[in-house]
Amino acid sequence: MLKFPIYMDNHATTPVDPRVLEAMLPFFTERFGNAASRNHAFGWQAEEAVETGRKQIADLIGASAKEIVITSGATESDNLAIKGVAEMYREKGNHIITVVTEHKAVLDTCKRLEKHGFEVTYLRVRRDGLIDLDDLKRAITDKTILVTVMMVNNEVGVIQPIAEIGRIARDRGVVFHTDAVQGAGKIPFDVNGFNVDLASLSAHKMYGPKGVGALYVRRKNPRVLVAPIIDGGGHERGMRSGTLNVPGIVGFGKAAEICRQEMAVESVRIRALRDRLNAGLHANLDEIHVNGSLEHRVPNNLNVSFAYVEGESLLMGISDVAVSSGSACTSASLEPSYVLKALGTGDDLAHSSIRFGLGRFNTEEEVDHVVRRVTEVVTRLREMSPLYDLAKEGVDLKKVEWQK
Amino acid sequence: MAYSDKVLDHYNAPRNVGALPKDDATVGTGLVGAPECGDVMKLQVKVNPATGVIDDAKFKTFGCGSAIASSSLATEWLKGKTLEQALEIKNSAIAEELSLPPVKIHCSVLAEDAIKAAIEDYKRKQAEGNANGKGTAAAAGEKAATA
Repeated sequence: MLKFPIYMDNHATTPVDPRVLEAMLPFFTERFGNAASRNHAFGWQAEEAVETGRKQIADLIGASAKEIVITSGATESDNLAIKGVAEMYREKGNHIITVVTEHKAVLDTCKRLEKHGFEVTYLRVRRDGLIDLDDLKRAITDKTILVTVMMVNNEVGVIQPIAEIGRIARDRGVVFHTDAVQGAGKIPFDVNGFNVDLASLSAHKMYGPKGVGALYVRRKNPRVLVAPIIDGGGHERGMRSGTLNVPGIVGFGKAAEICRQEMAVESVRIRALRDRLNAGLHANLDEIHVNGSLEHRVPNNLNVSFAYVEGESLLMGISDVAVSSGSACTSASLEPSYVLKALGTGDDLAHSSIRFGLGRFNTEEEVDHVVRRVTEVVTRLREMSPLYDLAKEGVDLKKVEWQK
Repeated sequence: MAYSDKVLDHYNAPRNVGALPKDDATVGTGLVGAPECGDVMKLQVKVNPATGVIDDAKFKTFGCGSAIASSSLATEWLKGKTLEQALEIKNSAIAEELSLPPVKIHCSVLAEDAIKAAIEDYKRKQAEGNANGKGTAAAAGEKAATA
């Protein structure tokens, strides 16, 4: 039996896995201690639970537990990594390299640093959404202190060549940070194999709770230092003060452990669902375009533009399915997705884009329902689209002088 | 974002979707907006040249639910109005009727623009037809339809 609405927006957030919730619950009530309380059993219990969680998170990415700094989420992790390196390595240089398609937590942090005398290079991406490694090599100067490139894009799901980027940064002696929020737990990630120095993680993107994240900070070969952005009691080896979110960390740890154990099987299952969705849509509808590389993409993402149909009106029509759109009308800024624009997707197709984010709890039956609903609604909206009419008449929409 | 009941109603059961023959001298066509802005409205009116009353109105819209609802409502209001009355339809009235939130006001503005463009096209055709001494013209129309 299908249950509505169907959730297919797992890049935005994921539900907490019941196994994760079960692990967390005791830490709200009986085991409520403060992990920083050093002289009674409540504190010891909490500290032990935190260290177990930290180890589970570290194991997911091939790190050691001491390299995991707990934060409130990946936005904070990105801020800590970038601002922390900027402050710590200021003597060495003032140049940062990032990419135009990064998450706003990275871009806006870089923009703020630009106001404080830092110079930022924003690498472009190719049509497939990936950066050109030669662009990166050329951008590095003797003033470069940080390269920050996301592992997986949150809109189009494309996977950047992290290992190659890590190699380049390491060879040039530049710290490498990756926002790994959409990749960790979905695809293999080994901080040593990939030469990553700093990595942002979030629990709620991997079936853990909201409000807890982590920053991986390399401790050796080389040792990387970040200045704190939150001062206080000196928690997390001075890098992030504040009482630890014990139930959150327990949940994050459990979620990471499940991802590590089940990734191999789960990714095959989810990829099959994604491919079924893609094939179904292509079989039923013409003039649809997958945005970004399908080959270099996480198994759970599909980002598609349905030409001649505006994204928000499509979302309205498939109201029993939760997905998101790159249309301006769904954003506060009234600008269509900057990620799709960076890929060279025209504004018209950016307005027509839908992001499907599959997850652990989606089923084949749900995918089939989504294919049916999207087909119905796209067909109906195209029947009332003046653009579809013009295109069918053979008018080149790009050459029309629109009255804006 | 929550939609008003009236927007939902027009979105789910749009009135007067379709097309009128754009080469007909009694039909005025307005095509406004741009695909890269996420909104394109085509609105057409069929006018009785003798009375100046709009007998029929049709639309096709590429845009969000509020844009579809604004154009659907506009066609409903246009039918039976004289050209002068039609030109008095203001975007604020459309926005109020549909309870559009501030970020969607531009949808109602576009609908008003579409009404004006359609009527202008009709008047231009009539003028050209008269100038050609045929009373009604068959030529016009092209500009708006391919505009």
